[in-house]
Amino acid sequence: MLFFILRRLGTMLLTMVCLTLVVFFLVNLEPNLKKLAISQTEMHTSAEQLEQWLVRHGYRQNFFVRYGQWLGVVKKAPLINPDTGKAEQRFSFCNDPTEPVYSGVLQGDFGCSTKFKTTAAKRLFPALGATGILMFWVLVVMIPISLLIGILAGMREGSRTDRTLSVASIATTATPEYVSGVIFTVIFASWLGWLNGSAASASQGITFYNFTLPVMTLAIYGIGYIARMTRASMVEVMTQQYIRTARLKGLSFSSVVIKHALRNALIAPFTVIMLQFPWLLTGVVIVEVMFRYQGFGYILVEAAGNNDIDLLLGCSLASVFIVLITQLISDVGYAYLNPRIRVQ
Amino acid sequence: MVSEFVGPLGVITGVLVRFWPVWLALALVLAASFTYKKRLGLYGQLFDSYVGIAGVIICLFWLFTAIFASTIAPFNPLQQLVVMKDALPGAIEPETHKVFLFGGDKLARDVFSRMVYGSQIVLIIAPAATGFALMVGITLGLPAGYYGGKIDTVLSFLANLVLAFPVILLFYLLVTPGIMDTPIPYGMAGLFFIFPIIFFCVLFWTRYKNRPDRLYILLGLTLVIGGWIYVGLVFDKDPLRIVHIDPNQLNIFVAVVFASSPGVFRIVRGLTMDIKTRDYVAAAQTRGETPWYIMLWEILPNARGPLIVDTCLRIGYTTILLGTLGYFGLGLAPESPDWGTAIKDASRLLRQTIHPALPPTIALMSFVLGLNLLADSLREQSLKD
Repeated sequence: MLFFILRRLGTMLLTMVCLTLVVFFLVNLEPNLKKLAISQTEMHTSAEQLEQWLVRHGYRQNFFVRYGQWLGVVKKAPLINPDTGKAEQRFSFCNDPTEPVYSGVLQGDFGCSTKFKTTAAKRLFPALGATGILMFWVLVVMIPISLLIGILAGMREGSRTDRTLSVASIATTATPEYVSGVIFTVIFASWLGWLNGSAASASQGITFYNFTLPVMTLAIYGIGYIARMTRASMVEVMTQQYIRTARLKGLSFSSVVIKHALRNALIAPFTVIMLQFPWLLTGVVIVEVMFRYQGFGYILVEAAGNNDIDLLLGCSLASVFIVLITQLISDVGYAYLNPRIRVQ
Repeated sequence: MVSEFVGPLGVITGVLVRFWPVWLALALVLAASFTYKKRLGLYGQLFDSYVGIAGVIICLFWLFTAIFASTIAPFNPLQQLVVMKDALPGAIEPETHKVFLFGGDKLARDVFSRMVYGSQIVLIIAPAATGFALMVGITLGLPAGYYGGKIDTVLSFLANLVLAFPVILLFYLLVTPGIMDTPIPYGMAGLFFIFPIIFFCVLFWTRYKNRPDRLYILLGLTLVIGGWIYVGLVFDKDPLRIVHIDPNQLNIFVAVVFASSPGVFRIVRGLTMDIKTRDYVAAAQTRGETPWYIMLWEILPNARGPLIVDTCLRIGYTTILLGTLGYFGLGLAPESPDWGTAIKDASRLLRQTIHPALPPTIALMSFVLGLNLLADSLREQSLKD
């Protein structure tokens, strides 16, 4: 088991290095660097001045050297100003070192955000925290509802409850966040006026009024999927021999479901919930943009829109990390919950 | 401002009347399907359950809407009639006396016509991109599952790499105006679009290599048609100017194929690993068939059930992806009538007007719902066998 986890962690690290390298390559494409230089300099600068800006801020150094610097395995050297001959900071707003030091992601330095004029870490971690709160409430709403729907539907396969709930869950999986968000806003904010169509004020304090719509929108897409998986797993368990035995020895239907079926039926949904995280990440971006909530999705869009290289790299690292760690947890958890695999 | 309106009843009848080619085509197809239900195999079995019928009707509805879009839509989707800015549903256009059935949007375009034309974009790109993703996934997934070992390790690692990317980040990196100046989208298009050609060449070669009369015709056809489309799509140099795709459409097309082929790969790989242990595969191996013959003519046909279901779901998922692209304003032109772009435009103004937001959202939702219902009923049918 330990060996399995170690090997998975190794693959995970390799994946992260490969992915950040790909992202690094893509954000450093010539047109993207041009875009960055244009947005960072004054209006109407000539091509030479743009080039000069890129050179002066170190964007013309060797690709792998810069990747190494970002990672923290190559020393980050200050740039020598050709006019004065002195070493100077790359970006004054985030205290870049003036002496060569190892200062990359491995040392906890996520670089400079050119868009927000501060260190990337100062923007990234509060945003992740804000998104964490959103995610927490989404999971609190999503998991009990979807499990309940799945169990009720899968308890008696083919019954009317099953048919109705199955069609309802299919309908929610057909409703992406940007569709359900619009529909909910129209119904609950524009027509009924019960809820706020914007979560911008949620950064100061979360209330039922400003936070329900984002949570509801994010949860609804996942509910259908998890419910269907739970249903399938429940249906399979209900046809097992030991359930029939339990029924035949005279136990009531409800106690069979609760005591015998439930535990085994919940193994598969656990995996599915964990694997929902990559989906949720995309949903978070849509929902945060739609409801103007300043979290991870918001800074990702801002960083990508302005080609804010370090912040975008930080965002990719964070999201890839979340995806991979949830995959690992799902695998380990599955092995732990399922005795057939655990014994092997 | 507009002074004349038709009432809600007028709007409903107006919409029903405008869709007349769709109703006609639907009636013909459904009547034919019910009559010959027994002879239509899997498609005929769909008509055994209400879920299947609903799925077929919704999908066909949007298919025919896309085909007859120019007849159904009363206005040009890009035409701006200034008086109709933010007009409410049912407003009558003063000059032509035609009705803006679902009202006008903030740029004074007819919401109804845009919804109808939007179906064209979605129904061309989503199935085509899914088709290419299927080809890539099958061509790589079969050997990975069949041979295992190093090929499997490498290909699975690559697939997991792409799957570990949150889709939205992938799109923000791959679908930008800047990337069109680099050779990356064209390189990727060149790589992905060659897979169907390889697939069909190998398919025909393994089957007919001892029957040159058939083989050369089929191979020739594949190479000519495939090569023609390839040249048209990747280099935009179709000598006859029939096959053509805009650079930004090529870009989103490639990004969507890239995002969804690892999923197909994983499914095909899993199915292959399962099926290769069956007796008929062992029989084929004993007969001395080549590995590619076994993969393409023994394993693939037996994996078709789950693959068809997955393809249905995947077209729906691709539609959602396209909507996401439109919602973030990536790739598609800002005035494009596709549903995602329309939802983006309308959702920014929900505080003032809501009517432009509803038609595209409901259109997108119903189309994906139709595909999901279809997939669900196909799955039930395949479980029955």
